[in-house]
Amino acid sequence: MLRIEGLSKLCGAERYLDDEPLEGPLKGCLWGMTVRSPVSRGRIRDIVYGAGFNWSEFVVVTPDDIPGPNETYLIENDQPVLAPGYVRHMHEPVALIAHADRDLLRRALASIRVQVDPEPPVLDFRVPPRPEQIQRGTDNVIKQLRICKGDVEKVFATAPIIVEGEYETGAQEHVYIENNAMAAWIEDGPAGDVVVVRGSMQCPYYVLNAVKHALKRDETRVRIMQSPTGGGFGGKEDYPSTIALHAALLALKAQKPVKIVYDRSEDMAATTKRHPSLVRHKTAVDRNGRLLAQKIEVILDGGAYVTLSPVVLSRGIIHAAGPYSCDHVLIEGRAMLTNSVPYGAFRGFGAPQTIFAVERHMDRIAQKLGISPLEVRRVNLLKDGQTTSTQQTICGGTDRHALLERALGETDYARLLAQAEEFNREHPYLRRGVGIATVLHGAGFTGNGEVYLNSKVDVAGLPDGRLEVLAASTEMGQGTNTVFTRLAADAADYATDDVLVGMPDTFRVPNSGPTVASRTVMVVGKLIERAISDLAAQLGGGGSPLRGKALKDAIIAWHRVNGGGSLKARATYTPPPNVKFDDKKYIGDAYATFAWGVCVAHVEVDLRTAAVRVLHFTSLQDIGKVINPTLARGQVQGGTVQAIGWALSEELKFKDGGMANNSLTNYIIPTSDDVPPIRVLFHENPYEHGGGGAKGVGELPMDGPAPAILNAVAHATGCDPLAIPLTPERLMPLLEATP
Amino acid sequence: MNSNAAHKPVCAESDAITIAFTLNGKSHTAKVAPGERLLDTLRYGLALTGTKEGCGEGECGACTVLLDGLPANSCLVPAFQVRGRDVRTIESIPAERLGPLLESGATQCGACTPGVVMTAAWIRDHRSELQSFTTRALMAGNLCRCTGYDGIIDGLERWIASESGGRS
Ligand code: FES
Ligand code: FES
Repeated sequence: MLRIEGLSKLCGAERYLDDEPLEGPLKGCLWGMTVRSPVSRGRIRDIVYGAGFNWSEFVVVTPDDIPGPNETYLIENDQPVLAPGYVRHMHEPVALIAHADRDLLRRALASIRVQVDPEPPVLDFRVPPRPEQIQRGTDNVIKQLRICKGDVEKVFATAPIIVEGEYETGAQEHVYIENNAMAAWIEDGPAGDVVVVRGSMQCPYYVLNAVKHALKRDETRVRIMQSPTGGGFGGKEDYPSTIALHAALLALKAQKPVKIVYDRSEDMAATTKRHPSLVRHKTAVDRNGRLLAQKIEVILDGGAYVTLSPVVLSRGIIHAAGPYSCDHVLIEGRAMLTNSVPYGAFRGFGAPQTIFAVERHMDRIAQKLGISPLEVRRVNLLKDGQTTSTQQTICGGTDRHALLERALGETDYARLLAQAEEFNREHPYLRRGVGIATVLHGAGFTGNGEVYLNSKVDVAGLPDGRLEVLAASTEMGQGTNTVFTRLAADAADYATDDVLVGMPDTFRVPNSGPTVASRTVMVVGKLIERAISDLAAQLGGGGSPLRGKALKDAIIAWHRVNGGGSLKARATYTPPPNVKFDDKKYIGDAYATFAWGVCVAHVEVDLRTAAVRVLHFTSLQDIGKVINPTLARGQVQGGTVQAIGWALSEELKFKDGGMANNSLTNYIIPTSDDVPPIRVLFHENPYEHGGGGAKGVGELPMDGPAPAILNAVAHATGCDPLAIPLTPERLMPLLEATP
Repeated sequence: MNSNAAHKPVCAESDAITIAFTLNGKSHTAKVAPGERLLDTLRYGLALTGTKEGCGEGECGACTVLLDGLPANSCLVPAFQVRGRDVRTIESIPAERLGPLLESGATQCGACTPGVVMTAAWIRDHRSELQSFTTRALMAGNLCRCTGYDGIIDGLERWIASESGGRS
């Protein structure tokens, strides 16, 4: 099935928020802009509005204009909507202004001086804070988590071989090509005025909760609608709540529609990014490379507010031991408060960071033992019946050893290796190498998260017999609408033309949970199937559930009898049987299921420039049943290229705690000419509790490329890179130090 | 038509410049401010919102139009400079020609897509003169964060193959 909205996107007809005509609710729309902090930490002394502007013509919003608590509703609500006299990171929102003339507004914004008495910021999460830098508890720790299995110290006491390593990953900016954009206006409703917000977002109900909380309204007086969203990758998971509140506050004050559209430099400087990480490994192994004990310490830079860091840390530590079996594992993680922009969700959500560390570490264990990187994985890869670090027994029938062997066979790994070695003997300054990574990714929310979410989906039978899927899951390029249509059509035995997927609108769709965590097809897709079979059973009146034409006729007949009524069936999440997780002790089934993958990277390093080029890349993935091969392949290819950027070129530069290279001119994401074709192979093993048999696909592709590429660079050059991005500046000194 | 006009850059009447140019094959006049970007004239002045802004500084290619037949970043072109010239936007490309790009998965979120299609259309029309470059090299001015480029490159190659010899 072709992407439903594909042609409309190709011919430029798809209307993103900033493309909407300024008619109807947007008639007379003002532009909104954000006044931001010029420093990383300090007390605001004054906000000086520049001379030469008639400020009475502008709408100005300060914290005093917030009707409810000045808090952005999320895990801890510690992030203000507008900084109340005290700023904790560079570019933090301080006030808002609006005007109809965008150029005038820009000049006016530039005239505003936020005067701050600076206080000492924390800008390096790796070093313990000094007393004057403490801003949370006694140690700036946002969250601490621990996984303990067996007794590592006992093993270390007698272990024959111990391998240690310290690995670092940098921040990463999402660079969705559509910048953040949000509009708000006020409408009349039966219970008083309604604040309507429409814009680019992943999670309409997150936005709803945030707007309700800070505006002190219930859900009958706040309405959130998604507009077509030009990419998210996690970057539009929580930050849209902030922008929605900003637009809503301006609209309330102005009593006019207001639109906030970030430009690229503002979007890059002010919004969330991937958490930087430092991961330390200490591993006991035997001479064959068998893992005897893994002790792992994970430290994340959480940035200036709690936001999503506790959950990112959670996913990070659960993935930190890799897809391996080991009886003694201790993982300790902490997220640190700093005065950076809050770090947030980004495809993989902590897992790519810890998987980078463990996959580099596995290669270094092999190196130390003089065995091949394949061998160390063959000896340790999980088999069904063995347990993970949280003592989850792996089952499901995917043979990870067979996946590895298939990837090696399909890439002709042995020949690639031999060719690279021969090439390196002859070539004066180019070096080639091959690297692998074996990865896992927990699908859906961690632990009991899906149970707490309690997601709901409605399916409506329309008067003409068609079906409409009503869910809050958003399309942001990954193909939600196309896959939902396919799953619904298959469940009802309908033509895909007879299925509609409603645009998320909190007045119309129930909360099917956020569009994150590779959960949409697996979890929400399954709910669609259940809602349809429920509808079919209802109309079948106790007989066998209706399908196809019989269902369509029954829906039409129902509407004839119940003219004007609404025919809907609802499905609510129920967890697969026997999934149990203790979220205090971190013991049990961290995820209902895992997706598995193997990456093989073939690289070339130029010893003159220290530039790394990926020559070939193959990704083999077990994502359950593949619902739409073109879309699934696109997810893997896009995720892989995003990971190649993270591994090699995407480096955030900071100045005084703010992003200094906040432009696409010097924050370097890969172009078509920087990457090879990404070869994608699927291993299809349907997962019975997933929609259409699918597990998640969105994030797994992000996990393997960085370690596979660095392992390949190590193979090519003999040097030992431990940190990404591995820019030429970082690689050059390593090459110089390598004999 | 002019439904987004309220968000077009404004300037004093005496500073406005009137230009005549060809837009998607038809002659056209527009009044533009001295510092106005062609991108804003198209999007806000003429409601041709198919052309997107991704970076505003000539890096991403989301704003690509064909200016006298060559791809140009409309965010870097002052509107007054198109006086007397030929401008083609995504709105001039008929949807029914884009099948190969749809089938290959060339679009995901779609934000880069109109720019990608304009560059691709130019490559397709001039492939024989551009022999010494790979399609990957020719597409390098259009950033896409979703597809990893394979869907775009495959689609472009299928498009070239399916319409070989034909011109837009
Ligand atoms: S918007 Fe013009 S090149 Fe990015
Ligand atoms: S399709 Fe999303 S940026 Fe290209």
